[in-house]
Amino acid sequence: MDFVRNFPFFSIMISMFSGIASSVLSEKAAKWLNRAAIMVIGVLSLVLLLYLRTEGESYTYMMGHFPAPWGNEIRAGVLEAGMALFFCVIMLLSMLGGSAKLQVEVAEEKQNLYYILVNLLLSSLLALVYTNDIFTAYVFVEINTITACGLIMIRETGRAIEASVRYMIMSLLGSGMLLLGICILYDLTGHLLMSNMKEQVALLAASGEYRIPLLVTIALISVGLSIKSALFPFHAWLPDAYGYSTVSSAAILSSLVSKGYIFLLIKIIYRVIGFDVFHASKILNVLFVFGLMGMIFGSLSAIEENDINRMIAFSSVAQIGYIFMGIGLGTQIAMTASVFHILSHAATKSLLFISSTGLTDVSDDSRRFIDLTGAGYRHPWAGAAFSVGSLSMVGVPLFSGFISKLLFAQAAVQNTGKMLPALIVLSISTILNAIYFMKTVIRIYTPLETEEGSKVRFKDMRLFVVTLFLFILLNVLLGVTSKPIVEMIEQGLSMFA
Amino acid sequence: MGANLLVNYGEAVAMILFVIGFANLLLHKNLIKKIIGLNIMDSAIYLFLAEKGYIEGRVVPIVVDGVQEVEAYINPIPSGLVLTGIVVSVSVSALMLSLTIRLYRRYHTLDLDEISTMLKKEGL
Repeated sequence: MDFVRNFPFFSIMISMFSGIASSVLSEKAAKWLNRAAIMVIGVLSLVLLLYLRTEGESYTYMMGHFPAPWGNEIRAGVLEAGMALFFCVIMLLSMLGGSAKLQVEVAEEKQNLYYILVNLLLSSLLALVYTNDIFTAYVFVEINTITACGLIMIRETGRAIEASVRYMIMSLLGSGMLLLGICILYDLTGHLLMSNMKEQVALLAASGEYRIPLLVTIALISVGLSIKSALFPFHAWLPDAYGYSTVSSAAILSSLVSKGYIFLLIKIIYRVIGFDVFHASKILNVLFVFGLMGMIFGSLSAIEENDINRMIAFSSVAQIGYIFMGIGLGTQIAMTASVFHILSHAATKSLLFISSTGLTDVSDDSRRFIDLTGAGYRHPWAGAAFSVGSLSMVGVPLFSGFISKLLFAQAAVQNTGKMLPALIVLSISTILNAIYFMKTVIRIYTPLETEEGSKVRFKDMRLFVVTLFLFILLNVLLGVTSKPIVEMIEQGLSMFA
Repeated sequence: MGANLLVNYGEAVAMILFVIGFANLLLHKNLIKKIIGLNIMDSAIYLFLAEKGYIEGRVVPIVVDGVQEVEAYINPIPSGLVLTGIVVSVSVSALMLSLTIRLYRRYHTLDLDEISTMLKKEGL
């Protein structure tokens, strides 16, 4: 066995143990440990990704001493390694970009707690990505929920605590449904490992036995995970949770936590239930309709919003609608588009959250639009970054958002039954996106009459500006070099099946 | 259908309990009652699992006098899952209770909607 094959296990363990170690470290040491851990895991994932690309096939890795039908397993393919790498990149950038704000907003003795939470969050995300055992996936979903709740409430304002309570309630409803779905599926198949389950589910589907329980299971798992990832009718907790937490949390929550659940759902669709069985179950259409509604209503709520962070949060609802629409289209190419949109939305949304703090900082910490007038002149870097993020969200060529919209449109054309609604909603939603993002961009570049000339200086915020620059670079990279990335996603998805 | 329901009455009870817990967690305004709902919901799933793992007339898989036939023992895996699940639900309940205490100390009410209106008045 090649040594590289240990890397998924190492990644999970490094982040988990650095979380544990952070509890006894000082705030500064914890910060550096956190950064180092994320970087090491990123490098490990990159090496693994290159190895798997040359190898051309996925592998399973036995955890402990028991072989396949009994023991626990990790599975790694191109898509898993790529996701892990991407999660590390986004998390590192979010932590770097939000670190100045973190110092101000979080009480000093609580700061190393924050790094513990972030490390544990990363380890649970990695475990969600790599695990081949569905009950392990459930346990890590719960760890993910608990740490995410901690990230929301770390500011300890009344709003943040209330938001985290609401987040927990919705999340727990979702995980209850997920757990029940997993239990019924276990009873139907008699296995907990994804590959064994899939064989049994295929047999059940072929024989027509237990048709209704299987359908109920698929529904429970899909709805459970879509509640947790804030699909449209279940999104009520989202704006508060993203809007009132500290900025690193908002960036991490919007771009990683909800994406982790979606990735798990895609994994379950391919690896447990099987794409054909899922396709035949018609749950797909429910996800499709909810996705379309999310695209419209998320954008409409964002237009009404008067608070920049909450506006960005509502825009997340719309973007998650896009991803579920892709899943709902039910073709391979649409799924590729969805996975690409997971990447592109994560890169763009964290950029928007981070750059919006730069804008609010120079506007007396007010997040109302009226106070943001001219903020783009007072903080040129944040203004530029916000504009790039907005353009990417709207779908202007050169940026990542364009590619995902293109892929969605191509996918929609191939599915004759759903082409018309998908294309119409896609275009309406793009216009709505343009309305609220361009409104904001115009607002921050409208000069104030009484210009006091208090521009920020580069040397006060070197880290922040460098982070923004890296984010922009990532966005452009996703937009320009999309071809190899899309190929990689296709290869990864075919490894899933 | 009816006969199946009678044979699997344990599972049927578990499902009813699940729905009761789910509705409590979703619909109650009072935070403590929500947490009770959460616990009912989780316990219902454990009841369901335990029912599924138990096989009439067999014993716990603890070896006393030599290993017997496989047919002598019940399925131990659901019990293992229940244990794992209990650990998860205990930690989640603890977290929810601690959040509730925080909110109660600040706003002197357990009603989530009332807290929301107070927050709006604060204008934060």
